[in-house]
Amino acid sequence: MQHTRTQDTLVGLFVASGIAGLFFLSLQVSNLSSFSQHDGYMITARFENAGGLKVKSPVSAAGVKIGQVSNIHFDTKTYEAVVTMNIDPKYNTLPDDTTASIFTAGLLGEQYVNLEPGGSESYLKDKGKIDITQPAIILEKALGQFLFKSAEEKSE
Amino acid sequence: MDNSAPPLNSLVSVRNLSFSRGNKKIFDDISLDFERGKITAIMGPSGTGKTTLLKLIGGQLCPGHGAITVDGQNVHQLRRTELYKLRKRIGMLFQSGALLTDMNVYDNVAFPLREHTHLSESMIRTLVLMKLQAVGLRGARELMPNELSGGMARRIALARAIALDPMMILYDEPFTGQDPISMGALAHLIKSLNNTLGLTSIIVSHDVHETSLIADYIYVISEGRVIDQGTPTAMQQSTSAWTTQFMTGAADGPVHFHYPAKDYIDDLLSSGKRY
Amino acid sequence: MINNLENLGKQTRSSFTKLGRGSFFLLQAVSGTLSVLPRPRLLLNQLYSVGVLSFLIITISGLFVGMVLGLQGYYTLSAFGAEESLGVMVATSLVRELGPVVSALLFAGRAGSALTAEIGLMKATEQLSGMEMMAVDPIKRIISPRLLAGLLAMPLLAGLFSAVGIIGGELVGSGLLGLDEGAYWSQMQAKLDFQDDIVNGMIKSIVFGFVTTWIALFEGYDAIPTSEGVSRATTRTVVNSAFSILGLDFILTALMFGEH
Repeated sequence: MQHTRTQDTLVGLFVASGIAGLFFLSLQVSNLSSFSQHDGYMITARFENAGGLKVKSPVSAAGVKIGQVSNIHFDTKTYEAVVTMNIDPKYNTLPDDTTASIFTAGLLGEQYVNLEPGGSESYLKDKGKIDITQPAIILEKALGQFLFKSAEEKSE
Repeated sequence: MDNSAPPLNSLVSVRNLSFSRGNKKIFDDISLDFERGKITAIMGPSGTGKTTLLKLIGGQLCPGHGAITVDGQNVHQLRRTELYKLRKRIGMLFQSGALLTDMNVYDNVAFPLREHTHLSESMIRTLVLMKLQAVGLRGARELMPNELSGGMARRIALARAIALDPMMILYDEPFTGQDPISMGALAHLIKSLNNTLGLTSIIVSHDVHETSLIADYIYVISEGRVIDQGTPTAMQQSTSAWTTQFMTGAADGPVHFHYPAKDYIDDLLSSGKRY
Repeated sequence: MINNLENLGKQTRSSFTKLGRGSFFLLQAVSGTLSVLPRPRLLLNQLYSVGVLSFLIITISGLFVGMVLGLQGYYTLSAFGAEESLGVMVATSLVRELGPVVSALLFAGRAGSALTAEIGLMKATEQLSGMEMMAVDPIKRIISPRLLAGLLAMPLLAGLFSAVGIIGGELVGSGLLGLDEGAYWSQMQAKLDFQDDIVNGMIKSIVFGFVTTWIALFEGYDAIPTSEGVSRATTRTVVNSAFSILGLDFILTALMFGEH
C-alpha cells in the first residue's frame, strides 16, 4: 500500500503543478488580471482618422494604461471614425475637456489612444463624449507635407 | 450432416461447425460433445486450430457455419451482456498464463473477484488464499508475474480461472514447454480440481502422454476434421494408421515427414536455377 | 504500371478500413469512459504513468526551449532596438505554438510510445483475450482510463511547458543579458490576451492530447501480436502522432488566429 500512496502523492503534485502553470499563464502572462471589460465605463471620441487603431488597442493617460478600445465604426453622416473606449472604473475623474489623440508606441509600435486631461471641474461619465481630438498621424501624409515644404523652401 | 441431438449429459456441444481464416479452412463441418463433469481432450498436430476451437467456445470468434451451445445457450446468438454472464461461469487457462503483468500474484487472482463481485477486501483475501492454496502457491502471493517460472505462472492463472467458481475450464496447451515435474504437477492439479470442484474440463493439447493419463475422452483433430475419438485406452489400441502415428510419435506415416516437393534426384540434377 | 495502381488501390482500401476500425475503437473507448468515473483509482494509476512520468522531460525541455528563445529573440530584437518586446515574443511563441506542439511531440515520444508498447504487449501475451474471457471488457478496463488520462494530462503538461519556458526566457533575458525585468513582464501582459492566446493554446493542447492518446492506444490495440508487430506499432505511433499534431496545428492556427 506504501507504493500506491507515494504514487498518489506524485499524481497530486503533478496535477497541482499543472494547474499552477495554467494559473501562472492566465494571471501573470496574459491580461486576465487587468480589469475585465464589463466593469468599465464607456466614452466615445470622434476622430478625423483612426489610423491603425484596433479593437483592444490600449487607452492610456500619462503613459499608464487605463482602458482599451472596445469598438470602432465609421459615421456615414460626418465621415468620421467613432471610437468607443472602455475605461477602468478606478479612473472616474477624467475632466470633460480631456483631449484624445492617437499616438504610435515607438517608431514601429502599435497605435494607442492617449488621453490628456484638461482643467474642467466636471468629469466624464458613462457614455460621455470627448470633443477635442487629434487624428492619427499618417506617415505617408506627414512625409508628403515635409517634402512639399522643403521643395517650397528651396524654390524661394 | 450430423443433426443428432446432443447426449443428455453434454455441457458443450458443437454442431456442424465450419470456420475459415482467409482462404484456409480451419474447421470443416465438425461436431463434438463435451460431457459434464468429465475431462475431454482435443488433440492434434500443431496448427490445426485447437486454440481457435476454444476461442469459438468462449465466443471470442464467430463460426462461419454451425452452432456451439454451452449449457443450453447458443454462444453466438447471445447478446453481449448475456455472453459476459456466461463467460463468468467459464474459466480459461491460456498457454502463456495471460497474467496481468502490472499486478502481483495476489492481485491477479483477486482481479475477477474485484471486477465482478462487491465482496469486502477481507473476504477477497480469504478466497484468494484458498485458491492459491489449491494450486500450492500461497507463499508466492507477493511475486510479480515476471518473477514466476512458466509452470508457476500457469498454476497462478489456474487459481485465477477458478476464482469465480466456474462450471467449466478450458485449458489451452497446459503442458507445452514444461519440465516433467511441473507437467506432472499440472496434470495432477487439473485432475483433482475437476473431481473436487465438479468441473467440466476441456483440454487442448498435443502432449499425448500427459493428456491420455487424465482425459476421460479424446478427440483427435487434423485438417479440420475429427479423425478419431474414444477413451484413452481405445485410442492406444486404435487401428487407424493416423492415430497410431500421432499417439506413438512416428516420424513418417500418413502425415509425411517431407513437405510436398518434386522428385529429389531430379531436383538435385536440375542445375542453373537459383532455388 | 497496373501493379502500381493495384498497390495504390490496396493501400487506400487498407488505410480506409484502418481509419474505420480506429473510429469504431474510439467510439467504444469514449463510451467506456463513463464506467471509469465510479472507479477513480483506475484513472489515478494512468495519470501517474502518463503524466507524472512525462513531467521531467516536459519541464526540462520547456526550460531550455524558453532559454533558447530568450537568447535568439534578444539578438534579433536588439537589432531593431526592441529588446523590451522580448517577453512578448517568448510568451507568444510559447503559449500559441511551441507549448502545445512541442509538449505534444514529447508526449507522443514518451507517453504515447509507452502506451502502444504496453497495450501491444498485453495483446501479444493474451492479457486482453484473457480479460475478455474473464468477462471484463478490455476497452472499458484498459483503454478508456488511459484515454481519459491522456486527455487530462496533456493541457497540464503544455501549460507547464509554457510557464517554465517563459520563466526560462526571463532568466536569460534579465539574468544573463541585463534586460529590465519589469519590461519583460509588463509588455507581455499588455500584449497577450487570455481568450486569444491562453485559451486557444489550451484548446490546441487538448486536441493534441486526445489525438495522440487515441493513436497510441489504437496502434497498440491493433498491433500484430508479436514482438515485431509491437515494435512496428510503436514506431507508427510516434510518426503518425507527429504528423497529426503538426497537420492539426496548421488547421487550428488557421481557424483560431486567421481572422485578426
